[in-house]
Amino acid sequence: MAKILVVTSGKGGVGKTTSTAALGAALAHGGEKVVVIDFDVGLRNLDLVMGAERRVVFDLINVVQGDAKLSQALIRDKRMENLSLLPASQTRDKDALTEEGVARVLADLREKFDWIICDSPAGIERGATLAMRHADVAVVVTNPEVSSVRDSDRIIGLLDSKTEKAEKGERVEKHLLLTRYDPVRAERGEMLKKEDVLEILSIPLLGIIPESEEVLRASNVGAPVTFNNPDSAPGRAYFDAVRRLKGENVEMIIPSDRKGLLGKLFGRRAA
Amino acid sequence: MSLMGFFNRRTSAPVARERLQILLAHERGIVGGKPDLVALLREEILAVVGRHVTIEQDRVQVKMNRGADLSTLEIEVEIPGPTLARA
Repeated sequence: MAKILVVTSGKGGVGKTTSTAALGAALAHGGEKVVVIDFDVGLRNLDLVMGAERRVVFDLINVVQGDAKLSQALIRDKRMENLSLLPASQTRDKDALTEEGVARVLADLREKFDWIICDSPAGIERGATLAMRHADVAVVVTNPEVSSVRDSDRIIGLLDSKTEKAEKGERVEKHLLLTRYDPVRAERGEMLKKEDVLEILSIPLLGIIPESEEVLRASNVGAPVTFNNPDSAPGRAYFDAVRRLKGENVEMIIPSDRKGLLGKLFGRRAA
Repeated sequence: MSLMGFFNRRTSAPVARERLQILLAHERGIVGGKPDLVALLREEILAVVGRHVTIEQDRVQVKMNRGADLSTLEIEVEIPGPTLARA
Protein backbone atom coordinates (compact mmCIF):
# COMPACT_ATOMS: atom_id res chain seq x y z
CA MET A 1 0.00 0.00 0.00
CA ALA A 2 1.49 3.30 -1.10
CA LYS A 3 2.16 5.93 1.52
CA ILE A 4 1.78 9.63 0.94
CA LEU A 5 4.31 11.65 2.92
CA VAL A 6 4.34 15.44 3.14
CA VAL A 7 7.52 17.34 3.99
CA THR A 8 6.38 20.59 5.53
CA SER A 9 7.47 23.34 7.94
CA GLY A 10 5.60 26.61 7.60
CA LYS A 11 8.83 28.58 7.57
CA GLY A 12 10.92 28.83 4.43
CA GLY A 13 14.59 27.93 4.12
CA VAL A 14 14.67 25.30 6.85
CA GLY A 15 15.45 22.37 4.54
CA LYS A 16 12.19 20.98 3.13
CA THR A 17 13.47 20.54 -0.41
CA THR A 18 16.86 19.22 0.73
CA SER A 19 15.07 16.75 3.01
CA THR A 20 12.58 15.69 0.33
CA ALA A 21 15.42 14.89 -2.06
CA ALA A 22 17.54 13.18 0.61
CA LEU A 23 14.70 11.05 2.03
CA GLY A 24 13.48 10.18 -1.47
CA ALA A 25 16.90 9.03 -2.62
CA ALA A 26 17.52 7.08 0.60
CA LEU A 27 14.17 5.27 0.29
CA ALA A 28 14.90 4.52 -3.37
CA HIS A 29 18.34 3.23 -2.41
CA GLY A 30 16.56 0.63 -0.26
CA GLY A 31 14.67 -0.59 -3.34
CA GLU A 32 11.38 1.22 -2.79
CA LYS A 33 9.60 2.85 -5.73
CA VAL A 34 9.58 6.55 -4.92
CA VAL A 35 8.19 9.69 -6.52
CA VAL A 36 8.95 13.18 -5.20
CA ILE A 37 6.47 15.95 -6.10
CA ASP A 38 7.17 19.67 -6.02
CA PHE A 39 4.11 21.64 -4.83
CA ASP A 40 5.84 25.02 -4.95
CA VAL A 41 4.09 26.41 -8.04
CA GLY A 42 5.90 29.43 -9.42
CA LEU A 43 9.03 28.87 -7.33
CA ARG A 44 10.00 25.31 -8.09
CA ASN A 45 13.39 24.12 -6.91
CA LEU A 46 13.17 20.39 -6.32
CA ASP A 47 14.16 19.86 -9.97
CA LEU A 48 17.32 21.89 -9.39
CA VAL A 49 18.26 20.13 -6.15
CA MET A 50 17.69 16.76 -7.87
CA GLY A 51 19.75 17.80 -10.90
CA ALA A 52 16.87 17.43 -13.37
CA GLU A 53 16.32 21.12 -14.22
CA ARG A 54 17.32 20.70 -17.87
CA ARG A 55 14.89 17.86 -18.46
CA VAL A 56 11.57 19.34 -17.32
CA VAL A 57 9.02 19.03 -20.15
CA PHE A 58 5.63 18.84 -18.43
CA ASP A 59 4.68 19.57 -14.84
CA LEU A 60 2.10 18.86 -12.14
CA ILE A 61 -0.31 21.52 -13.43
CA ASN A 62 -0.17 20.12 -16.99
CA VAL A 63 -1.21 16.75 -15.53
CA VAL A 64 -3.88 18.24 -13.23
CA GLN A 65 -5.40 20.09 -16.19
CA GLY A 66 -5.21 17.10 -18.51
CA ASP A 67 -2.68 18.64 -20.92
CA ALA A 68 -0.21 15.83 -20.31
CA LYS A 69 -0.32 12.25 -19.14
CA LEU A 70 1.27 11.42 -15.84
CA SER A 71 3.77 9.14 -17.58
CA GLN A 72 4.90 12.04 -19.77
CA ALA A 73 5.45 14.41 -16.86
CA LEU A 74 7.34 12.02 -14.58
CA ILE A 75 11.11 12.45 -14.85
CA ARG A 76 13.00 9.30 -14.02
CA ASP A 77 16.21 9.91 -12.09
CA LYS A 78 19.30 9.09 -14.13
CA ARG A 79 21.10 7.63 -11.12
CA MET A 80 18.31 5.45 -9.75
CA GLU A 81 15.56 4.12 -11.97
CA ASN A 82 13.09 3.60 -9.11
CA LEU A 83 13.19 7.30 -8.22
CA SER A 84 11.01 9.78 -10.14
CA LEU A 85 10.28 13.49 -9.98
CA LEU A 86 7.05 15.33 -10.75
CA PRO A 87 8.07 18.99 -11.07
CA ALA A 88 5.98 22.06 -10.28
CA SER A 89 5.12 24.64 -12.91
CA GLN A 90 7.39 27.67 -12.98
CA THR A 91 5.11 29.94 -14.96
CA ARG A 92 1.57 29.15 -13.89
CA ASP A 93 -0.44 30.52 -11.02
CA LYS A 94 -0.83 28.40 -7.91
CA ASP A 95 -4.62 28.66 -8.24
CA ALA A 96 -4.35 26.32 -11.21
CA LEU A 97 -3.92 23.51 -8.69
CA THR A 98 -7.37 22.19 -7.87
CA GLU A 99 -8.16 19.90 -5.00
CA GLU A 100 -9.87 17.31 -7.23
CA GLY A 101 -7.00 17.46 -9.72
CA VAL A 102 -4.39 16.84 -7.05
CA ALA A 103 -6.48 14.01 -5.56
CA ARG A 104 -6.70 12.36 -9.00
CA VAL A 105 -2.95 12.61 -9.63
CA LEU A 106 -2.15 11.21 -6.18
CA ALA A 107 -4.59 8.32 -6.70
CA ASP A 108 -2.84 7.46 -9.99
CA LEU A 109 0.57 7.68 -8.33
CA ARG A 110 -0.56 5.33 -5.56
CA GLU A 111 -0.91 2.59 -8.20
CA LYS A 112 2.67 2.99 -9.39
CA PHE A 113 4.78 3.84 -6.34
CA ASP A 114 5.46 2.73 -2.76
CA TRP A 115 6.20 6.24 -1.48
CA ILE A 116 4.82 9.56 -2.70
CA ILE A 117 6.74 12.43 -1.13
CA CYS A 118 5.13 15.87 -1.40
CA ASP A 119 7.53 18.80 -1.03
CA SER A 120 5.40 21.58 0.45
CA PRO A 121 5.98 25.26 -0.27
CA ALA A 122 6.58 27.55 2.70
CA GLY A 123 3.59 29.34 4.17
CA ILE A 124 0.09 28.08 4.94
CA GLU A 125 -1.67 28.96 1.71
CA ARG A 126 -3.10 26.85 -1.09
CA GLY A 127 0.09 25.05 -2.16
CA ALA A 128 0.97 24.10 1.40
CA THR A 129 -2.54 22.98 2.33
CA LEU A 130 -2.87 20.92 -0.88
CA ALA A 131 0.52 19.29 -0.30
CA MET A 132 -0.59 18.05 3.15
CA ARG A 133 -4.24 17.42 2.25
CA HIS A 134 -3.98 13.69 1.41
CA ALA A 135 -0.97 12.79 3.55
CA ASP A 136 -0.72 9.61 5.60
CA VAL A 137 2.57 10.71 7.16
CA ALA A 138 4.02 14.18 7.79
CA VAL A 139 7.64 15.11 8.31
CA VAL A 140 7.81 18.51 10.01
CA VAL A 141 11.20 20.07 9.24
CA THR A 142 12.35 22.40 12.02
CA ASN A 143 15.52 24.36 12.75
CA PRO A 144 16.57 24.86 16.39
CA GLU A 145 15.53 28.49 16.16
CA VAL A 146 12.53 30.36 17.63
CA SER A 147 10.68 31.40 14.47
CA SER A 148 11.01 27.96 12.90
CA VAL A 149 9.67 26.24 16.04
CA ARG A 150 6.73 28.63 16.21
CA ASP A 151 5.82 28.05 12.54
CA SER A 152 6.15 24.28 12.98
CA ASP A 153 3.67 24.46 15.84
CA ARG A 154 1.21 26.20 13.54
CA ILE A 155 1.72 23.57 10.83
CA ILE A 156 1.15 20.75 13.35
CA GLY A 157 -2.18 22.41 14.15
CA LEU A 158 -3.13 22.39 10.47
CA LEU A 159 -2.10 18.73 10.10
CA ASP A 160 -4.52 17.93 12.94
CA SER A 161 -7.43 19.87 11.46
CA LYS A 162 -7.22 20.55 7.73
CA THR A 163 -6.13 17.19 6.31
CA GLU A 164 -8.38 14.53 4.85
CA LYS A 165 -7.41 12.15 7.65
CA ALA A 166 -8.20 14.73 10.35
CA GLU A 167 -11.60 15.41 8.82
CA LYS A 168 -12.41 11.69 8.92
CA GLY A 169 -11.47 11.61 12.59
CA GLU A 170 -8.19 9.81 11.89
CA ARG A 171 -4.68 11.10 12.54
CA VAL A 172 -1.82 11.95 10.23
CA GLU A 173 1.32 10.27 11.58
CA LYS A 174 3.59 13.20 12.46
CA HIS A 175 7.38 13.19 12.79
CA LEU A 176 9.86 15.89 13.66
CA LEU A 177 13.02 16.28 11.60
CA LEU A 178 15.43 18.64 13.30
CA THR A 179 17.78 20.10 10.69
CA ARG A 180 20.89 22.32 10.74
CA TYR A 181 21.60 21.16 14.27
CA ASP A 182 24.93 22.02 15.85
CA PRO A 183 25.46 19.88 18.99
CA VAL A 184 28.44 21.99 20.12
CA ARG A 185 26.48 25.25 20.08
CA ALA A 186 23.45 23.54 21.66
CA GLU A 187 25.72 22.26 24.47
CA ARG A 188 27.14 25.75 24.95
CA GLY A 189 23.61 27.11 25.34
CA GLU A 190 23.79 29.12 22.13
CA MET A 191 21.17 27.06 20.34
CA LEU A 192 17.90 25.40 21.34
CA LYS A 193 18.57 21.80 22.35
CA LYS A 194 16.74 18.88 20.80
CA GLU A 195 15.04 18.30 24.18
CA ASP A 196 13.75 21.90 24.17
CA VAL A 197 12.27 21.59 20.68
CA LEU A 198 10.78 18.16 21.42
CA GLU A 199 9.18 19.40 24.62
CA ILE A 200 7.60 22.38 22.87
CA LEU A 201 6.32 20.57 19.79
CA SER A 202 5.68 17.17 21.43
CA ILE A 203 5.73 15.02 18.31
CA PRO A 204 8.10 12.04 17.93
CA LEU A 205 11.60 12.69 16.63
CA LEU A 206 12.44 11.17 13.24
CA GLY A 207 16.02 12.35 13.07
CA ILE A 208 18.58 15.05 13.72
CA ILE A 209 20.42 16.34 10.67
CA PRO A 210 23.63 18.10 11.71
CA GLU A 211 24.65 21.39 10.11
CA SER A 212 27.13 20.35 7.42
CA GLU A 213 29.00 21.64 4.39
CA GLU A 214 27.93 18.50 2.56
CA VAL A 215 24.37 19.79 2.10
CA LEU A 216 25.50 22.79 0.04
CA ARG A 217 28.03 20.68 -1.83
CA ALA A 218 25.28 18.26 -2.86
CA SER A 219 22.87 20.97 -4.00
CA ASN A 220 25.68 22.67 -5.95
CA VAL A 221 26.05 19.59 -8.12
CA GLY A 222 22.34 18.71 -8.18
CA ALA A 223 22.33 15.48 -6.22
CA PRO A 224 20.48 14.45 -3.05
CA VAL A 225 23.00 14.43 -0.16
CA THR A 226 22.16 10.76 0.50
CA PHE A 227 23.31 10.00 -3.03
CA ASN A 228 26.18 12.46 -3.35
CA ASN A 229 27.84 11.49 -0.08
CA PRO A 230 25.94 8.77 1.79
CA ASP A 231 28.75 8.41 4.34
CA SER A 232 28.73 12.10 5.29
CA ALA A 233 27.14 13.15 8.59
CA PRO A 234 23.88 14.41 7.02
CA GLY A 235 23.87 11.42 4.66
CA ARG A 236 23.99 8.96 7.55
CA ALA A 237 21.44 10.98 9.55
CA TYR A 238 18.96 10.86 6.65
CA PHE A 239 19.50 7.10 6.17
CA ASP A 240 18.79 6.58 9.89
CA ALA A 241 15.66 8.73 9.58
CA VAL A 242 14.44 6.57 6.69
CA ARG A 243 14.93 3.39 8.75
CA ARG A 244 12.81 4.95 11.52
CA LEU A 245 10.21 5.99 8.96
CA LYS A 246 9.93 2.34 7.95
CA GLY A 247 9.32 1.39 11.57
CA GLU A 248 12.79 0.25 12.62
CA ASN A 249 14.03 1.11 16.07
CA VAL A 250 17.29 2.98 15.50
CA GLU A 251 19.30 4.59 18.27
CA MET A 252 19.17 8.40 17.99
CA ILE A 253 22.69 9.64 17.41
CA ILE A 254 23.93 12.83 15.79
CA PRO A 255 26.51 11.79 13.22
CA SER A 256 29.51 14.05 12.73
CA ASP A 257 31.84 14.47 9.79
CA ARG A 258 35.03 12.71 10.77
CA LYS A 259 38.02 14.80 9.93
CA GLY A 260 41.65 13.84 9.86
CA LEU A 261 44.43 16.33 10.48
CA LEU A 262 44.31 17.53 6.85
CA GLY A 263 40.53 17.86 7.03
CA LYS A 264 40.83 19.98 10.15
CA LEU A 265 43.47 22.20 8.56
CA PHE A 266 41.51 22.72 5.37
CA GLY A 267 38.02 22.17 6.75
CA ARG A 268 37.18 25.84 6.81
CA ARG A 269 37.79 26.28 3.12
CA ALA A 270 34.62 27.29 1.26
CA ALA A 271 33.03 24.38 -0.60
CA MET B 1 47.65 16.16 -10.88
CA SER B 2 48.96 19.63 -10.09
CA LEU B 3 49.12 20.87 -6.51
CA MET B 4 46.22 23.26 -7.16
CA GLY B 5 44.25 20.45 -8.75
CA PHE B 6 44.78 18.36 -5.64
CA PHE B 7 43.41 21.05 -3.35
CA ASN B 8 40.54 21.98 -5.67
CA ARG B 9 39.37 18.49 -6.47
CA ARG B 10 36.33 18.73 -4.21
CA THR B 11 35.03 22.17 -5.17
CA SER B 12 31.42 22.09 -6.21
CA ALA B 13 30.68 25.82 -6.47
CA PRO B 14 31.84 26.09 -10.12
CA VAL B 15 29.39 23.31 -11.01
CA ALA B 16 26.61 25.22 -9.24
CA ARG B 17 27.54 28.42 -11.07
CA GLU B 18 27.44 26.76 -14.47
CA ARG B 19 24.14 24.97 -13.80
CA LEU B 20 22.53 28.24 -12.71
CA GLN B 21 23.85 30.20 -15.67
CA ILE B 22 22.39 27.71 -18.13
CA LEU B 23 19.07 27.45 -16.32
CA LEU B 24 18.58 31.20 -15.86
CA ALA B 25 19.60 31.97 -19.45
CA HIS B 26 16.68 29.78 -20.54
CA GLU B 27 14.24 31.17 -18.00
CA ARG B 28 15.07 34.78 -18.81
CA GLY B 29 14.83 34.17 -22.52
CA ILE B 30 18.46 35.01 -23.28
CA VAL B 31 18.78 31.75 -25.18
CA GLY B 32 16.54 31.77 -28.26
CA GLY B 33 15.02 35.17 -27.45
CA LYS B 34 11.89 33.89 -25.71
CA PRO B 35 11.44 32.56 -22.21
CA ASP B 36 11.42 28.81 -22.47
CA LEU B 37 11.59 28.62 -26.25
CA VAL B 38 11.91 24.86 -26.16
CA ALA B 39 8.62 24.49 -24.29
CA LEU B 40 6.94 26.79 -26.81
CA LEU B 41 8.31 24.73 -29.72
CA ARG B 42 7.02 21.60 -28.06
CA GLU B 43 3.47 22.96 -27.86
CA GLU B 44 3.40 24.35 -31.39
CA ILE B 45 4.94 21.28 -33.05
CA LEU B 46 2.39 19.02 -31.36
CA ALA B 47 -0.44 21.36 -32.44
CA VAL B 48 0.70 21.25 -36.07
CA VAL B 49 1.00 17.46 -36.11
CA GLY B 50 -2.38 17.24 -34.40
CA ARG B 51 -4.00 19.22 -37.18
CA HIS B 52 -3.21 16.48 -39.70
CA VAL B 53 -3.37 13.28 -37.70
CA THR B 54 -5.13 12.31 -34.53
CA ILE B 55 -2.53 12.26 -31.82
CA GLU B 56 -3.05 9.84 -29.01
CA GLN B 57 -1.49 11.33 -25.91
CA ASP B 58 -0.11 7.95 -24.82
CA ARG B 59 1.74 7.63 -28.14
CA VAL B 60 3.71 10.83 -27.81
CA GLN B 61 7.09 10.99 -26.14
CA VAL B 62 8.78 14.31 -25.51
CA LYS B 63 12.33 14.63 -24.22
CA MET B 64 14.18 17.81 -23.63
CA ASN B 65 17.70 18.72 -22.61
CA ARG B 66 18.63 22.35 -22.19
CA GLY B 67 22.30 23.14 -22.63
CA ALA B 68 24.45 26.25 -22.85
CA ASP B 69 25.44 25.94 -26.50
CA LEU B 70 22.92 23.41 -27.64
CA SER B 71 19.47 22.36 -26.51
CA THR B 72 17.69 19.33 -27.83
CA LEU B 73 14.00 18.62 -28.19
CA GLU B 74 13.01 15.11 -29.16
CA ILE B 75 9.38 14.52 -30.08
CA GLU B 76 8.31 11.04 -31.04
CA VAL B 77 4.76 10.78 -32.32
CA GLU B 78 3.39 7.41 -33.30
CA ILE B 79 1.19 7.82 -36.38
CA PRO B 80 -1.11 4.85 -36.99
CA GLY B 81 -0.64 3.02 -40.32
CA PRO B 82 -3.47 2.50 -42.87
CA THR B 83 -4.71 -0.78 -41.33
CA LEU B 84 -4.91 0.63 -37.84
CA ALA B 85 -6.44 3.85 -39.09
CA ARG B 86 -9.21 2.00 -40.93
CA ALA B 87 -10.00 -0.31 -38.04
